[in-house]
Amino acid sequence: MQAQQNKKVLIANAQGFWGDSLLGSLRLVEEGPVDYLTFDYLAEITMSIMQKQKMRDANSGYATDFVQLIGRIIKICKQKKIKIIANAGGVNLRACLKAIKKTIVETGVTGIHVGIVEGDDIMDRLAELRVSGETFANMETGEAIEPIVDRITSANVYIGAAGIVEALRQGADIVVTGRASDPSLVLAPLIYEFGWPLDDYDKMAAGTIMGHVIECGSQCTGGNFTDWQTVPDMARIGFPVVEANADGSFVVTKHDNTGGLVSVETVTSQLLYELGDPKSYLSPDCIADFTSIQISQDGENRVRISGIRGREATSSFKVSMSYSNGYKVLCTLCISGPDTVEKAQRLADMVFARVQMHGFDIAEDDRFLELFGNNLLYRGIVPRLEHPHEVLLRLGAKSNNPKALQVLAAEIAPLITSGPPGITGFAGGRARPTEIVGYWPTLIDKSRINTQILVEEV
Amino acid sequence: MARVALGQIALARSGDKGSGSNIGVIARSPQLYTFLSAQLTTAVIKEAFKEICLGDVVRYELPNLNALNFLLANSLGGGGTEAMITDAQGKVHGPALLHIKMDVPEHLLM
Repeated sequence: MQAQQNKKVLIANAQGFWGDSLLGSLRLVEEGPVDYLTFDYLAEITMSIMQKQKMRDANSGYATDFVQLIGRIIKICKQKKIKIIANAGGVNLRACLKAIKKTIVETGVTGIHVGIVEGDDIMDRLAELRVSGETFANMETGEAIEPIVDRITSANVYIGAAGIVEALRQGADIVVTGRASDPSLVLAPLIYEFGWPLDDYDKMAAGTIMGHVIECGSQCTGGNFTDWQTVPDMARIGFPVVEANADGSFVVTKHDNTGGLVSVETVTSQLLYELGDPKSYLSPDCIADFTSIQISQDGENRVRISGIRGREATSSFKVSMSYSNGYKVLCTLCISGPDTVEKAQRLADMVFARVQMHGFDIAEDDRFLELFGNNLLYRGIVPRLEHPHEVLLRLGAKSNNPKALQVLAAEIAPLITSGPPGITGFAGGRARPTEIVGYWPTLIDKSRINTQILVEEV
Repeated sequence: MARVALGQIALARSGDKGSGSNIGVIARSPQLYTFLSAQLTTAVIKEAFKEICLGDVVRYELPNLNALNFLLANSLGGGGTEAMITDAQGKVHGPALLHIKMDVPEHLLM
């Protein structure tokens, strides 16, 4: 019991989003102690992209760069007994499992147990679930689902920590999930290591807030920080490591001899990131109260957090659906002065007139024009310049007809020779229309979802 | 009173929350938190973001962190994946807010 009380579990975030620097995990396993590496991959749009990949190729639809990373770190992870938890499975957990096993076999490392947690993907169950009473109304707008129901391209439940805990109990060294909620990836190993009961909501909230702090990687170690000039060696910024205690208190830190800064200010900045109502931070595992957090500096690059309170979670899981919602195209051109603003308006008028001459109609509301370089980002807060000497024209449109948008994109380059003078910067080539992925957040009763665990040995 | 940019007395971080943005503001001292919790009202935020935020502003208080958290509804040109605007995720709303000027008692600036 004494040992349990003094035990510390070290959990790091190695990638904060799909596309984050690969250096995170490669450095974390080399530069200092860590027990668990967590990887957060799945933003709202990601599932939909993966769904499209899977429709083209039945063996794709997951985070392939995660599989490559496993190949590069598995040997040292085995040596140092580092476990890995990632929501990298996207919409094709079985294919991801197969690829991970193949990659590990190629490294020659043996005795690795790879687990997956299935059950978050309800795409094939939507009709049945609607018949049995789930309305799937939009939880933000209250809109009914009927108008988009035929255009849904993915539907995934934000599952919690329980399935991951079970996989760890069955001996998994690597646990891969589909759309598990980000903080649950961090909470799960704490439940497993400390034996926290799932209804000890203060502990659930503590682990959830640990996850919230580190889920965006280096955003809590000095990245995206107001006082960025005070952050040392940002190129070698350290990824975050939490030292968790059995009582739910923890220290946020980073490995020695890495760049970045862990201070009350850098950690508090991340605590507030996309927070919403601080008294009711909803996760599948609990409701966490951010107003209960006690925070203090605990030595250089160490921030201590304690006192966290939580309550029982709601009876619903959040569901993230995506649906196809037409097409968009966005083109850019550089405009030099004088009269940049007038030139930009003339160019936009020319383009839309020419699209019409081609026989396509783009409604006024679907046209888009933005002048970057004229205090656009701070509009209303910082006055616009009267005569900006150069602006970036961002011109585009939405349409259900991709041909109309192709025509629009094709009429951008001709503006240089047929419009006002001093237009340049068409180096990127002709823009291509892309499908608009609509996002439909909704809820489902928890009783509808059962997760299944599969653990295989390599 | 000294007229200073909010950035001199506070830090900020922002991101998206559905089709709205979330701006966290951290006072640089407990005294400045007391000052800001009185001065940085939803009306002040709504006025500053009148060209960006088309919906309501809601404010939450975190005295334990010397922080205020604001939700700015309908402020991302339609929302994450559909919007064409440059800052479709509200990443710069925090830095933008730090530009607003405030009259601050000089003893709080020590």
